[in-house]
Amino acid sequence: MANAHSATSGASGVLLAVRGVAKRFGDKEVLKSLSLDIAPGEFITLLGESGSGKTTLLRLIAGFEQPSSGEIWMNGDRLDIQPAHRRRVNTVFQQYALFPHLSVRDNVAYGLRVKKTPKIEVGGRVDQALKMVKMNEFADAKPTRLSGGQQQRVALARALVNRPQLLLLDEPLSALDANLRKQMQSELKSLQREVGITFLFVTHDQEEAMALSDRIALLRNGALEQVAAPREIYARPATAYTAQFIGQTNLLKASVKAGIATCGSLKWPTSASDGSTLFSLRPEAIQLASDVLPVSARWVRFRGTIQQQIYGGASEQLEIECGAGQPLRARIPSRAALGRDQEFSFSADEVVQVKS
Amino acid sequence: MYSRAYKTLITAPPLLWVGLFLLLPYLLMFAHSFWLVRDGFLVHEWNLQNYHKLIANPLYVEVLLRTMRIAASVTLLSVFLGYPLAYYLSFHAGARKELLYQLVIVPLWVSYLVRGYAWKTILGSDGVLNGFLQYLHITHEPVGALLYSPFAVIVMLTHIYTPFVFLPIYASLEHIPRPLVEASHDLGANRLTTFLRVILPLSMPGLLAGATFAFVLSLGDFLAPLLVGGPSGTMIANIVQSLFGAAYDWPLGAAISVCILLITITLLSLTERFEKRWSFK
Amino acid sequence: MVVQMTGANKSAKFPSRAPILTSAAILIFAFIYLPIVVLIVYSFNRDGVGGFPPQHLTLDWYRQLFADGAIWDAVLNSVIVAAASVALALTLGLLAALALDRADFPGKALFRRLVLLPLILPGIITGLSLLMFAVFVHLPLSLGTVFLGHGTALISVATTELFAGLQKIDRAQEEASLDLGATPWQTFWRVTLPNLKLSLIAAGLLIFTLSMDEIAVTFFLIGRDNTLPLEIWGRLRRGITPEINAISTLIFALSVALIVIWYRIRTRSLGAKPQDLLEQAATQQQEQAA
Repeated sequence: MANAHSATSGASGVLLAVRGVAKRFGDKEVLKSLSLDIAPGEFITLLGESGSGKTTLLRLIAGFEQPSSGEIWMNGDRLDIQPAHRRRVNTVFQQYALFPHLSVRDNVAYGLRVKKTPKIEVGGRVDQALKMVKMNEFADAKPTRLSGGQQQRVALARALVNRPQLLLLDEPLSALDANLRKQMQSELKSLQREVGITFLFVTHDQEEAMALSDRIALLRNGALEQVAAPREIYARPATAYTAQFIGQTNLLKASVKAGIATCGSLKWPTSASDGSTLFSLRPEAIQLASDVLPVSARWVRFRGTIQQQIYGGASEQLEIECGAGQPLRARIPSRAALGRDQEFSFSADEVVQVKS
Repeated sequence: MYSRAYKTLITAPPLLWVGLFLLLPYLLMFAHSFWLVRDGFLVHEWNLQNYHKLIANPLYVEVLLRTMRIAASVTLLSVFLGYPLAYYLSFHAGARKELLYQLVIVPLWVSYLVRGYAWKTILGSDGVLNGFLQYLHITHEPVGALLYSPFAVIVMLTHIYTPFVFLPIYASLEHIPRPLVEASHDLGANRLTTFLRVILPLSMPGLLAGATFAFVLSLGDFLAPLLVGGPSGTMIANIVQSLFGAAYDWPLGAAISVCILLITITLLSLTERFEKRWSFK
Repeated sequence: MVVQMTGANKSAKFPSRAPILTSAAILIFAFIYLPIVVLIVYSFNRDGVGGFPPQHLTLDWYRQLFADGAIWDAVLNSVIVAAASVALALTLGLLAALALDRADFPGKALFRRLVLLPLILPGIITGLSLLMFAVFVHLPLSLGTVFLGHGTALISVATTELFAGLQKIDRAQEEASLDLGATPWQTFWRVTLPNLKLSLIAAGLLIFTLSMDEIAVTFFLIGRDNTLPLEIWGRLRRGITPEINAISTLIFALSVALIVIWYRIRTRSLGAKPQDLLEQAATQQQEQAA
């Protein structure tokens, strides 16, 4: 699979460089010689299923594990040989890991006190951090009395107050319910912009990744599948896995000859070279032919039979049988009942060649 | 969900039994402390003479103080030994944790008498330790002061109670979520600071429980002094024992027992109050 | 926190091993075990207890032990008392645990503390209290009074263990049983009790062991017939013989065997981490005691 030495898009310099890092637990290889650059000030997400290695990579950067091979550099200095407590990196843990025997204020102040920050400074910085996450009212409460969302904010403040160069967030929103999650997502995003600190966010939720990130690093089985901005990764998935993991798609196995791809009864123009290849076509790219105006040479029309029509509020999902080997999924704006046989259309530009 | 009859059936027998064979005896002990022995007979006259005798007699006070000192030493030593062991098992033992845990538990199941006896054979003038020291030519004569002294009592009781103290400390250490330790490191604390600021406070309930247990049981121990204590190692419970034996003064013995009981209960309620304040659940 | 160091990164100064702590732990382990090891070794020593090093290994002391009638009488007495104590303590402990779990009655808080007192109080106090009681009701001292003492004091152990076991039972099971038409009595026998099987066995083993080893309470309630610990105690007063080492070694071996069995039962049936269970059972006493 691709090991993307990704250039930092748009930002100058490299804050964190992961170089050929691999990690083995016993004889199980969890990370396979991975390299990644993280730019200062960006919000980058490690996305992947459980077991993909994303949490392991985060823990390597935090210092809770040691790489089996490879190096990690931050700002021109070797990071992986430093013990966790000396790194200018802070973590927001999945279960928050707030100290139950300390108040909210003391929790947030912990990192400052431990580094012997002068008392005068501590108070001000703690208050500022609490205000930033809107938890200053709860300064004297004990963590066990707080809700999940509140604890999460305190965990955030506790990490940020130390002004780390890199903030690691280990699936911090996964324990929250759906509504709270959406709210926290937007708060996190604006917080990151306000504070300007580089965020490395770990999640398995691709919608979350797309909403929050400047760049997404998709991990699969310990290797990087693709690293790109959300729009790029959605519109131009490099592999079938990416296409299916992020958003929904139709995978079409087609044979290409002289610039024409054929999949069953579907044909469309392509720049792919001759041979048998896999293509990805997003459901929203397939529309009812009657809805689509200017028809150009790049537009493909086909007839199909609607097998299923699943209503979804603003849009609905159609399953279409059209002789392409498997039923195609299309997403169209909701409408009243449709006749079973319809004509559909999609633009050849929306069909992306992917590696399998 | 449970009928009146069901509830009565499950409550009555244990309540009655415990009332008759536990509460009543303890109350009897309490009552006896206010009675007298006259001309070799027990007399049911209510009075406070026994308690007066206790406070007034310097011997009793001295033995009580010595007993508390021994109990305190045993407690401190047991914690001193038990805590590092628990800490090692919980944080450093890795895969061998379970096996090592069983190894610590096994001596608990072995007879108190057996372990006390073992020390008797080790510390005596003809004992194993002396033999060992002479064999290595470290000493040329037996060291007599080891056995039959408060020292021997302390050694024996520490040996008995270290596993007892280990248990609750280990349990509370195991309850500390490991992310807390990682969070502490993440925030810049080294291992020592993490221990002092996070691990130690969170293990306090277990530590207090174990220490209380060791102290209270050492306080009332009469067997260890009989085995290895000698005259200089007599403890308050031995005095009680002799008052119920050859010295025949049950009321006085009861009075001393009540004192031990009071010290125990005071300590327990103090610990309970401490635990409530330290508890973060 | 243990950080596993593998591969090439040995240059990092990580807190992966703590040599002082490890040495300390080893020494503490040695302190706990050495006396027992010495005991066992010297039970095979021809020249008796003491001196160093032990030479001339022999089984004579064990032979002498097996020929010693008084010891085996005492063993039998102990076993009888222990078995009876298990029966009594489990029965009343089960009822007490049920009562604490399901019923509200005046004096419940007092009852709870009272039941646990024998665990935390020095044995002499419980023993003397029962002695006074026996004299008060003109009950002569015998194995019967010993049984009374053990059984009553060990109710605490049974209650603690069984109460914890009750907490683990899904209440919905009993409700389902009633819903399907079973009477509370049937529900108890068909649903509650089988779920408590493990707790009962664990508690039983623990009570048996504690009773076999009990001295402090027994000391004051003993009549003419000795239990094993009291028999050994009597001999100790007369002098040390390696025969005592021999029986001590046997007791040790038996204890280890019992704990292995107890351990196997729990892990096999529950499939839970054995360490948790051991820890639970033993520390319940500690926590309740405090």
